[in-house]
Amino acid sequence: MIPVLNHLAILPILLPLAVGAFMLLFDERRRALKMTLSLATVFTLLVIAVTLVVLVGLPNGDRWSTMIVYPLGNWPPPFGIVLVVDRLAALMLLLTAVLGCATLLFAMARWHNAGPRFYTLFLLLLMGLNGAFLTGDLFNLFVFFEILLAASYGLVLHGSGTARVRAGLHYIPINLVASSLFLVGVAVIYGVTGTLNMADLSRIVPTLSPDSRTLMEAGAAVLGIAFLVKAGMWPLSFWLPTTYAAACAPVAAMFAIMTKVGIYVILRLFLLCFGDEAGASEEFGALWLYYGGMATILFGGLGVLASQSMQRLGGYAVLISSGTLLAAIGTGNSAVISGALYYLVTSTLAISAYFLLVELIERGQAAGADVLAVTLEIFGDPEEDIEDEDEEVGVAIPATIAVLGGAFLAATALLAGLPPLSGFIAKFAMLSALLNEAGEIPFAHWAFVALLMLSGLATLIAMTRNGIRTLWVPAETEIPRVRAIEAIPVGALLFLCAAMTFAGGPVMRYMEATAQILYWPSEYARDVLGDRPTGHVTSDPRASGHGPSGGTP
Amino acid sequence: MEIVLAIGIGIFTTSGVWLLLRPRTYQVIIGLALLSYAVNLFIFAMAGGGLRVDAPPILPPGGIGDPAAIADPIPQALVLTAIVIGFAMTALFLVVLLAARGRTGTDHVDGREPER
Repeated sequence: MIPVLNHLAILPILLPLAVGAFMLLFDERRRALKMTLSLATVFTLLVIAVTLVVLVGLPNGDRWSTMIVYPLGNWPPPFGIVLVVDRLAALMLLLTAVLGCATLLFAMARWHNAGPRFYTLFLLLLMGLNGAFLTGDLFNLFVFFEILLAASYGLVLHGSGTARVRAGLHYIPINLVASSLFLVGVAVIYGVTGTLNMADLSRIVPTLSPDSRTLMEAGAAVLGIAFLVKAGMWPLSFWLPTTYAAACAPVAAMFAIMTKVGIYVILRLFLLCFGDEAGASEEFGALWLYYGGMATILFGGLGVLASQSMQRLGGYAVLISSGTLLAAIGTGNSAVISGALYYLVTSTLAISAYFLLVELIERGQAAGADVLAVTLEIFGDPEEDIEDEDEEVGVAIPATIAVLGGAFLAATALLAGLPPLSGFIAKFAMLSALLNEAGEIPFAHWAFVALLMLSGLATLIAMTRNGIRTLWVPAETEIPRVRAIEAIPVGALLFLCAAMTFAGGPVMRYMEATAQILYWPSEYARDVLGDRPTGHVTSDPRASGHGPSGGTP
Repeated sequence: MEIVLAIGIGIFTTSGVWLLLRPRTYQVIIGLALLSYAVNLFIFAMAGGGLRVDAPPILPPGGIGDPAAIADPIPQALVLTAIVIGFAMTALFLVVLLAARGRTGTDHVDGREPER
C-alpha cells in the first residue's frame, strides 16, 4: 500500500480535534463559519471512512484483507500505542461518520441554537468515538472513552431544561463509576500480563499459569462490567431510556452509536482474549453475555410496551438492539456474529432515524399529548363517540404527515424486523445461523429465537399504537413545519437501510469476512506485532525484572 | 507495606461506595472522589514487580542499569492520566450538580425530594 495512505488512520481522530478546538476561538455569533467548518469536517470524515473501508477490503499479498497498523510516534508495538484499522474498525468508523453527517445536518435546522458550543462538543464526541474504534491499546481506549463521555455529558445537557439536568445527574455518576471500574480492570490485566496492547494480550492469555489466569479473568470481568454499563445490559441499563428520552433529538440520534461502542469493545476483546485460541480461558464470560443479553431483550421488550412517550420507546428499542447483539456475541458462533454485525449497522441507522423522526412528528403537539394518548387508549375518551357523526368520511391527510407517516412506517418495519427492509434480513441471518448449528439445538437457543421474535412483536405493537395515535388521529395539533434540511437526514438514514436490503449480498459478504477475521486473533497479533512468535517468548525477558509473575506477590 | 496500602484502598473504597449510595449530590461527588483515589492507589499496587520503595521509574544516565533497581514506569504514567481525567470529570460533575440545585431547588440526586 502507498505509505501516505497509512496516515489516513490518524485523521479521524486529529481532524475533529483540530477543528473542534479551532472553533472555540470564535464567538458564538459566528454561526455560519462554525456550521461550514463542522459540516466540511463530518463530510471529510465520511470520505476518509469510505476510503478506509475500501482499503481494508483490498487483498494484501497472500491474504484477502488488509490491516492498517499505525504506530503513534513510530514507537514499535507493544511498547508504543498503535492504531489498528481492520474491517470491523473501518465499518464502525463509517457508521459513525454517516450518523455524524445526518445528525449534524438535522441539528443545523434549529437545535444548534439551543445552547453554546454545540459544534465543538459534537466534533469531540466524534473524535472520541473514532479513537475508541481505532485504538489497539487498552489504556488509550480508556482515554478515548473519557473524551467521548465528556463530550456526551455536555451534549446531554444541550438545550438545558430540568428534565435534561435530572437525567444528567444520573447519567454522569454512573459513567464515572464505570470509568473507575474500567481503570481497575485495566490495572489488574496489566498487573497479570505486563502489557496493555490488545494484540500482545491475545498472545499472552493462552500462556498464563492457572493462578494468574484467575486474576486475569477477574480483571476482564471488572472491565466487562464497565463496557456493559455503556452497552446497557440489564440490570446496568436503567439510566439509558431516561437519558435518551431527555436528550434533544439530534443528540439522542447520535447516541444511538454510543451503546454500540461498548458492544464493539466487548466483541473485540472477547474474541481476541477469550476466542478459540485462548486455551483454558476459551469462551470466558460467554454465558454471562448470552443470558445477560437475553434478559436485556426481555427488559427492553417490556419497556417498549410500557413506555408512554415516543422518545422513551426509542430508548427501550436501543436496549433491545443491545441485548440482541450481546446475546449474539455470547453464542460465539461466527455465522451468528456476521448476522449480528449486519444487525448492528441496520439497527443503529434505524434508531437514529427514529429519534430524528419522532422530534419532527411531535413538533406540532403539546407537551404530554402522547402520554395522554396512551392513557386515553386505556381508559377511553368520553368525548370520542360523540364528535364523529357529522364529519366527512375519510380524513384528508396533509402531505407532511403523509411523508412523516411513510418514514415512520419504514422505521417501524426496521426496528421490528419485518420484511421487506434490512431489519428483517439481519434477524433472519442471525436466526438461520443459530438454527443451522451442527448437532441438536439447545433449549437456550430456542429461548433466544423466541425472545428475538417476541421483541419484534412488542416493538411492532408499541410503534403501531403510537403511530396511529400521533399520525392518524386528527387531533387539534398543528401540522409540523418540517424543513428540507431536517427531512433529508431522516430520508438518507432510511434510504441507507433500504440500500442495505437491495445490496444485501455484498454487505453480508463484507460482514462475514469481518466476523471471520475476528476469529483469528493470531493473525491480528501477527499484523500488529510482526512475526515474533507467541506470547510466552515475548514475556520472558520481562519476567526476569518486573514481569507478569512478579506482579502479584 | 502491602497491608498498609491494601487497608488504605479498602477504606477509600468502602467510604466511597457508601457515600455514592447516599441521596444528596454533594455526598455523591465526594464518594466519587474517594473512589477515584482508591482506584489510583490500586493502579500503583498493580505495578510489575509489586510495590517498590525508593526505586525511581527512570534509568540512570549513561547506562542501561539494573532492571531490578527501577520501578515500573507504566503505572505511574497511567495514574497521572487517571488523576487528570478524574479531576476534570469531578469538576464537570460539580457544575451539573450546581445546575441541578439551581433548577430543581433541591440537592437530592433524583432532582426531587422523595415523598414521605
